[in-house]
Amino acid sequence: MLMLGRRLLQLAVVFVVVTFFTVALMSLVPGRPETLVIPFDTTPGQQLTKDFRAENNLDRPLPVRWAKWAGKFVTGDMGQIYSSSDSEPVSSRVRSAAPTSALLISYTIVFSLLVAVPLAVWAAYRSGTRIDKVLNTVMFGFISLPNFAVALVLSYFLAVRADVVPATGYTAPGDGLSEHIRSMVVPVLALSLGQIAVFMRLLRSDLVATLQEDFILMAKSKGISNARVLWRHALRPSSLTLLTVAGLSVGALIGGTLVVEFLLGIPGLGKEVGSAILTRQYVQLQSLVAVIAISFVLVNFFIDFLYTVLDPRIRERSA
Amino acid sequence: MTLLPATHPLESAAPSATTGATGAPEPVGPAPKKKFGLGAWLASGWLGLLVGASILAPILPLKDPNASATSTPLLAPFSGDLILGADGNSRDMLSRLVWGSRVSLLIAVSAIIVAFLIGGLLGLFAGFYRNWIGKVLASFFDILLAIPALVLILALVAVLKGDPTVDQGLPGEVIVIIAIGLVSIPLVARIARAQTLAWSQREFVLAARAQGASSGRILFREILPNVLPAMGYIALLGIGIAIVAEAAAALFGASVDPPQATLGNMIDAGRGDLQTASFVMFFPIIVIFLTVMSLNFLGDVIRDRFDVRESAL
Repeated sequence: MLMLGRRLLQLAVVFVVVTFFTVALMSLVPGRPETLVIPFDTTPGQQLTKDFRAENNLDRPLPVRWAKWAGKFVTGDMGQIYSSSDSEPVSSRVRSAAPTSALLISYTIVFSLLVAVPLAVWAAYRSGTRIDKVLNTVMFGFISLPNFAVALVLSYFLAVRADVVPATGYTAPGDGLSEHIRSMVVPVLALSLGQIAVFMRLLRSDLVATLQEDFILMAKSKGISNARVLWRHALRPSSLTLLTVAGLSVGALIGGTLVVEFLLGIPGLGKEVGSAILTRQYVQLQSLVAVIAISFVLVNFFIDFLYTVLDPRIRERSA
Repeated sequence: MTLLPATHPLESAAPSATTGATGAPEPVGPAPKKKFGLGAWLASGWLGLLVGASILAPILPLKDPNASATSTPLLAPFSGDLILGADGNSRDMLSRLVWGSRVSLLIAVSAIIVAFLIGGLLGLFAGFYRNWIGKVLASFFDILLAIPALVLILALVAVLKGDPTVDQGLPGEVIVIIAIGLVSIPLVARIARAQTLAWSQREFVLAARAQGASSGRILFREILPNVLPAMGYIALLGIGIAIVAEAAAALFGASVDPPQATLGNMIDAGRGDLQTASFVMFFPIIVIFLTVMSLNFLGDVIRDRFDVRESAL
């Protein structure tokens, strides 16, 4: 319990530092940010500009600005997206975009694990043989492939040349399941290849080490089948490492998801970040950075917590 | 305090002599031992070619990368007098690839140098001084790592660039270098710290201390040379990651402004012509793939040579 309290305190510190940084982003803009965010201000006396500066506390010192911003942020007010016709709250965009990104990341992790775990078991069982070497080489190639390159190459072959999946766009699961799956093929594959390689290489070396342990010899000598030894006895102790890496990879995945969503026109957070950058909506950008960073911290916090629950050794060490 | 579980490569890396003593079972998997074989020669060859062409770009007999070189836009490779064809603006692909690689490499290498000078030193100190200074530094790295790197790079470039129509003084290359370099600092620092921690517990450090060596001498003459191989491995990986990061940022329009060729800008430009001339996009992708793979491969060679251990990965 003490440990949970300390973790929560750490979490609070991270929130403060991360959001302070995102608020400070606006101060890095060379010149005056309002000339970029609302270049269309033709109101008499530059009323729009004055409102904008007041709304975002740009004339106040940074700590005050952070406090005001954080106060609004925790109540769900993430500022506005300004356009010449009207302004739109950032929070409504985030609310519609975040589930899509979360869905894409979940699919990727599930798919990667489904492919990586059997491959790793196979490679570990046959470690040192030709198939192990071939798998190792292929995975090495996968790691060197940037996910945006996979997305572009796959969409060229599967959408432009073969026309089996849509080139861009997204169908929500509610609007037709088969269309939804087809629209997710390229993004999930693009994000998965690198993950599969990371998961598989890690789990393989972990399993190879586990297979040398005495309890495996014991299990084998009792006449338990190879499959059972591999899947039940060897895989279980390795799952913790895999869990940690799966959690950690969410960070890299978030970055990859942004690019892939942006390239393939999937209405997730990546598309929002892209449009915020292209239209210089710094208020939107700082809220998006904060949302993404906080989700990442929360995922890690959760994984860390799960880890302590699952592995008694860590619980004891920290206590 | 660690918010991130310690599974980063090299995070809990311990030099070989200490792992034996702790009694932990050595991972005895027959990890394919990489000698300096064919693969390493191919990798070095490709990188040598790339670096050579990048350095020599101004004196190589290449056409102007930003001017149209032929009357046919999207001229297919090997068909006209341009070996690798022309892009949608009739510019020579070969010339743009060389100049683009030059700028991408310059950005990546500079960013990694920035990250190593600042992050490496901070990490050394954080690992060596295990008092409150080290602790504060270490938790600071962890907090900074909580922001996904690409998001941070995109935000920094977008903000530092300001108005694309007005010249803001800082050249685009410098902005991208700053963004990628800053973001890499905590990562480098964390690895440098873990390595320093591991090495500073070794007997020869104790011996140096017993002989009355100063902290500075121990840190830079005893520990630093041992930390360097691991850092070399990370540097090679880092350059590859930085090249990819530049390309990803370019897709968002957050890299050096066109018409300047970078590998990322070329991929971005090629996306528009995917239907009719896919080679415009494929060539820079192939260059990135080969470069990143070569860097990873040589990194692995260094790691195996110097017995850098990754107990976690």
